[in-house]
Amino acid sequence: MSSGVAVDLENITIRFGDFTAVKDANVNIKGGDFFSFLGPSGCGKTTILRAVSGFLEPSEGRVLIGGNDMAGIGPNKRPTALIFQNLALFPLMTVWENIAFSMEVAGASAKERRKRADELLDMIALPGQGDKLPSELSGGQKQRVAIARALCANPDVLLLDEPLSALDLKLRQHMRTELREIQKRVGITFIYITHDQGEALTMSDNVAVMKAGIIDQIASGHEIYDDPATPFVASFVGENNVFRGKIKSIDGGHAIISTNRSGDLVARITPAQVGNLAVGDEAMMFVRPEAFEVAPEQGSTGQNLVSAKAVNEEFEGNSFSVFLEGDGGKLIKMSVPNLGQDRISTQGHDLTLRYEPSNAVVMPAGELASE
Amino acid sequence: MSSANLIRIALGAYLLIFFSYLLGPLVVMSLTAFNSSGFPSVSPWACFTFEWFGVLFEDKHIRDGLFYSVVIGIGTVILSVSMGLAASIVLTQVWPRFRSTYYTMIIAPILIPGVVLGISTLVFWDRVGRFLGVEDGSFLYGLFHNGIFLTILGQSSFIASYAMLVFVARLQRFDPGLTEAALDLGATHTQAFRKILLPFMRPAIASASVLAFLASFENYNTTTFTIIDYKTLTTVLAQKVRLGINPSISSLAFIIITLTVFAALIFEAVQRNKARKDAVRRGKLKTGDKGILPSFLRGNPAAIMLVLLSFVVIAMVGTAQSYSPEQCKIRVKEERQIEIQKRIDALKKARAEQQATEAAEAEAEIPAKPAPATSGAFGNVFAPDNLTTEEEEVDVAPEAGSGAFGNVFAPGNLSDEGAEAEEPPKPEAGSGAFGNVFDPGNLSGGD
Ligand SMILES: Nc1ncnc2c1ncn2[C@@H]1O[C@H](COP(=O)(O)OP(=O)(O)OP(=O)(O)O)[C@@H](O)[C@H]1O
Ligand SMILES: [Mg+2]
Repeated sequence: MSSGVAVDLENITIRFGDFTAVKDANVNIKGGDFFSFLGPSGCGKTTILRAVSGFLEPSEGRVLIGGNDMAGIGPNKRPTALIFQNLALFPLMTVWENIAFSMEVAGASAKERRKRADELLDMIALPGQGDKLPSELSGGQKQRVAIARALCANPDVLLLDEPLSALDLKLRQHMRTELREIQKRVGITFIYITHDQGEALTMSDNVAVMKAGIIDQIASGHEIYDDPATPFVASFVGENNVFRGKIKSIDGGHAIISTNRSGDLVARITPAQVGNLAVGDEAMMFVRPEAFEVAPEQGSTGQNLVSAKAVNEEFEGNSFSVFLEGDGGKLIKMSVPNLGQDRISTQGHDLTLRYEPSNAVVMPAGELASE
Repeated sequence: MSSANLIRIALGAYLLIFFSYLLGPLVVMSLTAFNSSGFPSVSPWACFTFEWFGVLFEDKHIRDGLFYSVVIGIGTVILSVSMGLAASIVLTQVWPRFRSTYYTMIIAPILIPGVVLGISTLVFWDRVGRFLGVEDGSFLYGLFHNGIFLTILGQSSFIASYAMLVFVARLQRFDPGLTEAALDLGATHTQAFRKILLPFMRPAIASASVLAFLASFENYNTTTFTIIDYKTLTTVLAQKVRLGINPSISSLAFIIITLTVFAALIFEAVQRNKARKDAVRRGKLKTGDKGILPSFLRGNPAAIMLVLLSFVVIAMVGTAQSYSPEQCKIRVKEERQIEIQKRIDALKKARAEQQATEAAEAEAEIPAKPAPATSGAFGNVFAPDNLTTEEEEVDVAPEAGSGAFGNVFAPGNLSDEGAEAEEPPKPEAGSGAFGNVFDPGNLSGGD
């Protein structure tokens, strides 16, 4: 099986008439990477994938696969295989014929095809199911057949367009691990599209977060979660409490922001925005629910303390979500790990919350992901 | 409860009426094929006979017409199905703004009268020939004035639109993503068409082909202009109706109906067999059980009926070889003669009485024609029973009048018995006009 091949998007812009679906995207994907595009519905993820697989030509910019410019090369000539958002299994062919379709069009004999299809069926843990029709398979099985069909073409790059979106939660989690394993085994480049951030974070080496045709940040999942580059990334990936205000002072990597409703608070300047903040700027500070804890000394004030009243509590299994109302009705969410039976509910109490300044990030104000 | 019953009864009655409306004419027509009576009829049932099938097979015009109908039908299927498929695919590809205009344009031939299509096809290809300057006698000239060529083109011009409608309906359910998936897996555009789109369209292609063939087979108004010196079944039949029909046409109808039933049963049987095999494959049905019937017939009423129908047809053909209705025919003839004789006697008696009261006027006419009574009697076989109109008896002198009327259908019908009737009785003054309407010239075919 071929090893991974790099994919580079150079200043890609894609327009449909007057509408710009993708604007000036620059992405370098290393060979053998598991790379994800993450973004809300309609932000242009599928469009990018179609440009890579050759179903549309970018209005501007170049697509390079393995260093070769792909301009003018049709989808059937590119070393890519696409797993469609709706899978697009051929309904009139049996499972094995589906899997071996790429060999059939290349002129392989029925015997060779059958053999290869059976190998792949073993790999996707569906041995002996080759003679069924796709309509006779479950959602997860179809999924795996689609993967096998794409792999059978021996692509250098496998493109996956939200392949797990139609599955239920359990199966989705199972398929995530399975996909990751397959990727490690075959070693080819995976470009994965999803609007499910959990999926992107668990599986990917690198993630590009998109918003309305623009790529906001490209980094590892860890970095995206801990050091979001923009308010959009901070609010889209995972849950976050946002505090708005003006920068009061800057000291090295940290800044003090005088918030509108919760007083002066300290936070780390997110690495991508170091140098972009000045005193007096409109800014946003983000603290994750799990970064809050109940302060040891209640009632005190400080630059990493927020006071609020717990109004509601939800049990989530491994944790409790506590919803609090700060000054001026500001809503704050705190997540408390479930450590056992003897936790005392805080519901109805006035609390002082504390966070580590290094766990809070501040950046210039910007657009948030819509709730 | 009772209202539900009422609805059920009403529904049953409705279905009964509906099916008799639908199938009644076919049943009656099929029956007429087996009646020895010379005009297609059921009610005065003469003798059960297969002779009309013989007449049919002997008729060269019908045989030729049938042959060319099939040839033209096949040509039309090929041409209109490919044009319809292409047109429907273009419809999915064309710029959305032009889609409805394009659709209207493609559909238009359905709305244009067939007569217009026929004439314009004829004129158009003649003009094309002239424009290209083809000379009389050259191949192209022959082609542009060839009835089969022109009929196929003329019929396809609107049958292709029907085919397209069938394809559009199917294409709407096609996921274009499947073609993209095939391309993505390395297929060329041709391969994607052949291996993905075409198999998907196969059921639609089958139904469009059947539709196109039937539409071509039964087409008259376009064909009649474009066929020129050839003939199809429809043009032959049209000609025959003008000359007077006989039950050999019913026997043709019977054959067509039987073939249709066969085709439907075969289709259904194959379908059920496939479903059964699928069920076996999926393990929902056990295949191992031993039954008396071969597996093809098991749980397949259509297949069973198919076999039964085949037996019936074989038996029928077998009897037809040996069965002879001559005996019956002679008897029927005698019965008729007797009955007619009775009537004539009655009439004579009536006349005689009339004569007695109105002696002066009628004297000359009545005794004048004792001889034609026999030939007139033939007319009576058909006339009084089938066509009784009050007028006739009043206006026309009895013997002559019925004789003339009978002749309308006579010579062709009576070919076996008619020899005696070759000289129709001279109609008398009153009926002369009547006889002329159906000019004896029309009747020449039968003799
Ligand atoms: N062929 C097209 N013509 C016009 N606009 C299009 C076309 N294809 C996509 N768009 C527009 O481009 C934008 C991006 O579409 P795209 O399919 O890439 O979204 P996506 O990120 O994949 O969304 P989802 O998560 O819902 O699949 C959308 O606003 C869509 O309306
Ligand atoms: Mg999409």
